[in-house]
Amino acid sequence: MQGILGKKIGMTRFFNENGAPVVATVIEAGPCRVVQVKKEDKDGYNAVQLGFIEQMEKRVSKPLRGHFKRADVPNFRILKEIRDFEGEVKEGDTVQADSFSEGDVVKVTGFSKGRGFAGVVKRHGFSGGPRTHGQSDRHRAPGSLGQSAYPKRVFKGLKMGGRMGNTRNTIRNLRIVKIVPEKNLIYVSGSVPGARNSIVEIYR
Amino acid sequence: MDPIQAVTADQLRTDIPEFSPGDDVAVHYRVIEGDKERIQVFRGLCIQRRGGGLNATFTVRKISGGVGVERIFPLHSPRIAKIERTRQGKVRRAKLYYIRNLRGKAARIQEKM
Repeated sequence: MQGILGKKIGMTRFFNENGAPVVATVIEAGPCRVVQVKKEDKDGYNAVQLGFIEQMEKRVSKPLRGHFKRADVPNFRILKEIRDFEGEVKEGDTVQADSFSEGDVVKVTGFSKGRGFAGVVKRHGFSGGPRTHGQSDRHRAPGSLGQSAYPKRVFKGLKMGGRMGNTRNTIRNLRIVKIVPEKNLIYVSGSVPGARNSIVEIYR
Repeated sequence: MDPIQAVTADQLRTDIPEFSPGDDVAVHYRVIEGDKERIQVFRGLCIQRRGGGLNATFTVRKISGGVGVERIFPLHSPRIAKIERTRQGKVRRAKLYYIRNLRGKAARIQEKM
C-alpha cells in the first residue's frame, strides 16, 4: 500500500484536458517524513510510521521527542502508521505528493464534520411527520418506535436521534486528477470527509 | 489569501472581456465532435453572472425558433474560445429572470449610451 498524510484545503472545480469541468478536492499532501519503519520479525507486522505538520518542541512530550530524535527528523504533530508500505524506505526519508501519479484510484480517509446531537431526519433520512392537516410538534418526529404487548420493548439498534458525524470515514475509488508536486497539492475527484484544514490520509 | 483562490489562480483566464447582465454577448464555444473541433457561436442576452473565482458562470438566453433557450457557461472554461460583447444594455438589476416572462417588444432592453 502507498500512502500519505495531507491537509484538506477545500473543494473547487478543475478543467481537464478536454475542457470539461471536474469537481475536485484539493489536498495539501505531505511532505511527510518516515519516523519509524516497523518490520515483521521485530514488531510483528510491516508498517511505516509517517509524521506530518511540524510541532514546536515544547508541545511534544519528552518520550516522543526521543522517538523523533532517533529517526533524526523534526517534531511532528501527526503520526500515522501505514501498513505494508510499498517500496523501500528508511527512517528519515521524505514521502511526497509525487509518490502518486495522475489517474491513480485512491482511498481517502478522514474524520467527518461533527453534527452534534442530530435528529432522525438529518441523521437517518427519515421523512418526518406531515406538515399540515392539524399536525403540531410532529414535523421532524421519528414516529413509532415499535409494537406494544409483544415484543414489549424497543429493539436494539433502532434508528433514533443522537451524535452524528466526527467519525472516521473512508471514501473509495476517488481518482487523482492533478498533482502539483512543487506545491505538494493533490487534486482528487469528488469529495472527501472532513472540514477544511482537517487531516486526511490518502491510500493507493 | 483564501487557500482555494491561491491554488486555482493559475487556472483563471485573463482574456475575458468585461460584460454584465443586460449585455448582448456572442460566446464562441469549442465543440468537439469525435476528433474534429469546430467553433459554435451562441448569441443572446446575458441574464446572470454568478460565483467567484474558478466557479464563476454566466447564463445566456436567446429565442430560438420561438422557444427560449438558456445556456450556462463556466466563465473560465477552456472550451470558450472567445466572448464578444455586441451591445451594452441598460438594466437595473443583476439577475434578469423577469425577462423569461416577457416576449416580443416587452422583452427588449434599452441600450446603454
